[in-house]
Amino acid sequence: MASLDDLKKRISSVKSTQKITKAMKMVAAAKLRRAQESAERGRPYSQKMNNIILNLSGGISDKENAPKLLSGTGEDKVHLCVVLTADRGLCGGFNSNIIKKAKLYFQKISDSGKVLKIITVGSKGYDQLKRVYKDNIIENISFKESKNANYFDADKVGKILIQKFEQKEFDVCTIFYNQFKNVITQIPQEQQIIPLKINEEEKTSEENYEFEPDEDEILGNLLPKNISTQIFKAMLENSASEQGSRMSAMDNATRNAGEMVDKLTIQYNRSRQAAITKELIEIISGAESL
Amino acid sequence: MSENFKLEIVNPERSFLSKEEVSEVVVPAFEGEIGILKDHIPIISFLKPGIIKVFIGSEVENYYVEDGIVEFKDNSLSILTSSIFNLKDIDKNQVNNSISEAENELSKDEIDDQKRFILNHKVEVLKSISAS
Repeated sequence: MASLDDLKKRISSVKSTQKITKAMKMVAAAKLRRAQESAERGRPYSQKMNNIILNLSGGISDKENAPKLLSGTGEDKVHLCVVLTADRGLCGGFNSNIIKKAKLYFQKISDSGKVLKIITVGSKGYDQLKRVYKDNIIENISFKESKNANYFDADKVGKILIQKFEQKEFDVCTIFYNQFKNVITQIPQEQQIIPLKINEEEKTSEENYEFEPDEDEILGNLLPKNISTQIFKAMLENSASEQGSRMSAMDNATRNAGEMVDKLTIQYNRSRQAAITKELIEIISGAESL
Repeated sequence: MSENFKLEIVNPERSFLSKEEVSEVVVPAFEGEIGILKDHIPIISFLKPGIIKVFIGSEVENYYVEDGIVEFKDNSLSILTSSIFNLKDIDKNQVNNSISEAENELSKDEIDDQKRFILNHKVEVLKSISAS
């Protein structure tokens, strides 16, 4: 059995860990609110963008010559996966959930004999994927310096994607991120962005628009922007999810530490009591023997 | 009957401006300025650098945009843009910086005609802002 001194040390170390996790939880909670707000504020833009593209793509006259970003290269050989993760750990299952989802998809790709390429955004994803998929990772982008997700960073990723697409380095592009539902639930998502998948049911109206200049040109201009927008949306959702996930993870950690302190304190008191009893017995039996 | 319609300007980070009652909006569309009044037919167009004029009653608000898309439908006008500034808050230094940046870009050889056109236009607009 551990000595009294050992127990005491243990208790104080658990207590200081608890202090740290508690502080992290508070910080995460404050950041979460901000991240959530910006995720919500960013939604109208991506929604409107989507709507316009939906309306536009319906009106395209010449399906054969539609922009490649919309119709695809006509092949399905090289898949590019963009895995968006956090730059920091200690946020529960946040990073692992995305990775798990992505790995499942990777498996499917390699099982069907297609070529897999990976771009990781955020260092944690790179760390977790580099062991198994080292040869597949073509780029690792990290925005450690930026405090919040901003459009500028998203645009950078978008431009890289478009450049690679134009150089015919891949046919299909899918992004992986966590969608923020609430503090406890974040849903890992896979979303195909190139070629753009259009959900016919979402189509709002059959309105006849006047286009200036013509549809094709607008679409050609809009689609690259849409890529950046989608990535930005993913980044916003991700940062809200990260903070939410961290908050609940740290909340759990704080609670567990509290439980542990309670248990250790009981153990400490018991062994103290035992030591006293032992001493008493020793004194009494010493006195009796006289 | 009211002659007003709804205007919403959004950038990727937030909803920049949302007005329920505007009487006229002039946007610098790619092929020339368009003035939009109530009951305009549905239109989609994209923007070149320029000034958006928003008429609310007798007041006029000016915004500088670099690019974007406009959509008008059912008497609601949406403008999506990644860079927009209220002309009142714009910083002269910033304007001058953008001018020299754009001019730098123009001096490169590899840009295509469309880009050149847009950049030329941008310089022009920015210069007029900085002169005012």
